[in-house]
Amino acid sequence: MALLTIKNLCIEFPGRHGTERAVDEVSFDLSPGEILGLVGESGAGKSTIGNGIVQLLSAPGRVSSGEIFLNNTKISTFSSKEIIKIRGSRVGFIFQDPMTSLNPLFTVENQLIETINKNLGIEDSKEASRIAVDLLDQVGIPEPEIRIKQFPHQFSGGMRQRVVIAIALAGDPELLIADEPTTALDVSVQDQILSLIRKLCRERQVGCLLVTHDMGVIASVTDRVAVMYRGKMVEIGKTAELLTSPKHEYTKSLISAVPRSSKKIERFPLVEYIETTAKGLKHIDVKTHWLGQGTRHENIQDLLEIKDLNLSFVTRDAFLKKNRKYLQATRDVNLTVKQGETFGLVGESGSGKSTIARMVAGLQKPDSGSIKFDGVELVDNPDPVAVKQARLQMQMVFQNPYSSLNSRMKVDDIIAEPIRFHRLAPPQEIRTIVGDLLDHVGLGRAAGLKYPHEFSGGQRQRISIARALASRPRLLICDEPTSALDVSVQAQILNLLKDLQDELGLTMLFISHDLPVIRQMCDRVAIMRHGRILETAESEDFFEHPQNEYSIELLGLMPRFDKIYEVEATV
Amino acid sequence: MDPATSHWQGLLQSDLIYHFKRDKVAITSSTVFLILALMALFSPVIAPFDPYDLTQIDLMDSEMPPVWQEGADERFLLGTDDQGRDLWSTILYGMRVSLLIGIFAVLLQAAIGIVIGLVSGYIGGRVDSILMRIADVQLSFSTLMVAIIVLAIVKNAFGADTYSSWAMFILILVIGLSEWPQIARTVRSSVLAEKEKEYVDAAHVMGFGSTRIMFKHILPNCLSPIFVIATLQIANAIITEAALSFLGLGMPVTEPSLGSLISIGKEYLFSGSWWITLIPGFFLVLIVIAINLMGDFLRDVFNPKLYKGVA
Repeated sequence: MALLTIKNLCIEFPGRHGTERAVDEVSFDLSPGEILGLVGESGAGKSTIGNGIVQLLSAPGRVSSGEIFLNNTKISTFSSKEIIKIRGSRVGFIFQDPMTSLNPLFTVENQLIETINKNLGIEDSKEASRIAVDLLDQVGIPEPEIRIKQFPHQFSGGMRQRVVIAIALAGDPELLIADEPTTALDVSVQDQILSLIRKLCRERQVGCLLVTHDMGVIASVTDRVAVMYRGKMVEIGKTAELLTSPKHEYTKSLISAVPRSSKKIERFPLVEYIETTAKGLKHIDVKTHWLGQGTRHENIQDLLEIKDLNLSFVTRDAFLKKNRKYLQATRDVNLTVKQGETFGLVGESGSGKSTIARMVAGLQKPDSGSIKFDGVELVDNPDPVAVKQARLQMQMVFQNPYSSLNSRMKVDDIIAEPIRFHRLAPPQEIRTIVGDLLDHVGLGRAAGLKYPHEFSGGQRQRISIARALASRPRLLICDEPTSALDVSVQAQILNLLKDLQDELGLTMLFISHDLPVIRQMCDRVAIMRHGRILETAESEDFFEHPQNEYSIELLGLMPRFDKIYEVEATV
Repeated sequence: MDPATSHWQGLLQSDLIYHFKRDKVAITSSTVFLILALMALFSPVIAPFDPYDLTQIDLMDSEMPPVWQEGADERFLLGTDDQGRDLWSTILYGMRVSLLIGIFAVLLQAAIGIVIGLVSGYIGGRVDSILMRIADVQLSFSTLMVAIIVLAIVKNAFGADTYSSWAMFILILVIGLSEWPQIARTVRSSVLAEKEKEYVDAAHVMGFGSTRIMFKHILPNCLSPIFVIATLQIANAIITEAALSFLGLGMPVTEPSLGSLISIGKEYLFSGSWWITLIPGFFLVLIVIAINLMGDFLRDVFNPKLYKGVA
């Protein structure tokens, strides 16, 4: 007996450039107590299905055909008045970002009781408040009687997501739609939230539609999984079966693009079904090309040396120094990056890893300590010319490809600007060099005439890399270069970075929160927490024999394919 | 493809043109504005008389009603004012004066406001506090008050004759100097948002100087709000000029703007010669509404969050 049945659902977005079909003939059903994962890359239409079920599509989107049944009631033809009764009381929603999905002006109690009043029809506030405390207890919030009087900002991200889940459950729904419920959370919290969702669905016999882009989440929590590709459902099946023996080509390529945590591979397998690189690229021989002819230096051992680096941010300013409050972003950080290696900095959000990158790149000034690049001191060096020369040899690739390019400049100009500004090449050669760079990163020189908004996230990241290469750096700082990208695109960008490193002998400082990516990319790793480096080790040693307690804990939480959640074991 | 045609096609396919074609208010208001602006620009060609030429004025023709009224002279389409000037010609010339003052005053405002806003937002800290407090002080004086004081002083110090030959420049200067904080604040707030973006960090990492980052990277990304506020400020400047002229401090009677015409007519309003005030008033309202509606349209297009209707 299916809880939710969807038959040939089509959702369309009529727009300026014709009607776009976001969901195309999708059918599936969901039983009570079951967790169905909807997985796909951005634009696959997975969230649209979730929103379409409760008619929360943003205008001008509409369900153009198909039927949706909830417990044998056809809800796809419900008017907006009727569907309001469904939302909350029969279908609960968990949103992606717990930082914005709670109203900051009301206490948790207000928000819970409002939902309970509306959906369960309980007017007695004592009774409602008892239910609310009970719910908070169920979602694992300690001391619920006290916490319930607090405002959302007094909760951490993971705790807020628990509150969101409690609110979703407050109406005692039959169906739970969770749209990327853990994407905004750290791994350690992600694991707790997923176990909680799984536990609650089992206990309450609630069906759950879990929308996610993350194969690790799918593997660890779902019973069945449906794979979406450009609006179509290409495959559906038991999670364990689908992940181990995928049938459809797209599923295969998607799975192969996910970085493995278990062993290091040379390159990610090149797969179809993703944006391919441009055809007819001119190959350049780096040895004779301008790109490879930067001022080469004799081989030194340590390219970057960081000693006792400290930085604190003022969190509360005061006139008197003793009244000021500080947040110690980095605390006595020591590390050395050897010439030609990829050095990984890992840690959860707020651990200070990006701050180190920003200090090395000169975007932030440290309070104390020393940063030496190729023997040149970068902190408080009285010789600004030497610092400028040294800084020119380090470049950065940023996290967000959508904001790291100036949208008012053409791609050609973006890449040519550092060459022109620092007079790195004769003016008449710049056009050719820029074209070669674009070819080299797989975009093709024709891309130079366009503006950044005409490119996808992965392509923009290629532009960003080309721009970084334009000043012929020796050190490339990559700050979460792929965390905003889909897995298949991530695989391509990581391959590109590896290729470039081999050809140009680049040294990389690679910052990521994603342990499998770190394993695939890095030679050595430093793990950070609360601004301190806890452990520095060879990458293979770190993953096989972590020394620090925190490292062991993090590695244990890392989503793995080999620990696919066994359906039979718990039912 | 020729780059010129591709630019042109890019413009034709842009969101601006797309929304423009679907917005009746925007089409109407910009058509009205365009017609009025062209009329003003070509006023020496269109106007049957030159109102600045005293030899063409005959006091005997004064206070003639428009042609559709009884006792009209068919030489004067919209009638004449108290000195016998053809109202139609005077309005055309007056519109030219009003628009010139509006546009140049805003250009001056923009020049000052953009530089101060950029510096203030980009450098931040103490510089920002000082510049923005100056802007606050400037804003706490009403533009009209400042203008009246300055114009009165200039008029007394240099005499009415010198004043009338320089009136336009002085008006542009006064309106431009007293309204810059509007633009500076707009620019500053968008600079604050833009400078946190990673492309600015990237420019820093590539070793570019502050001036280059401010003008080449941040400023182009702040242009949309500047366009919106500048359009609305043109309408504002025209009204300010009209108000000053109405109070007798703006354009002299010999080179009337729309405001001075309304001012001339107010004494005859109850003696039956309503057209001297109401017809220039109508044109003033028309031009200001057209500009304001264009500004509203630009604001809606550039700010999708305010997007009103559902397509």
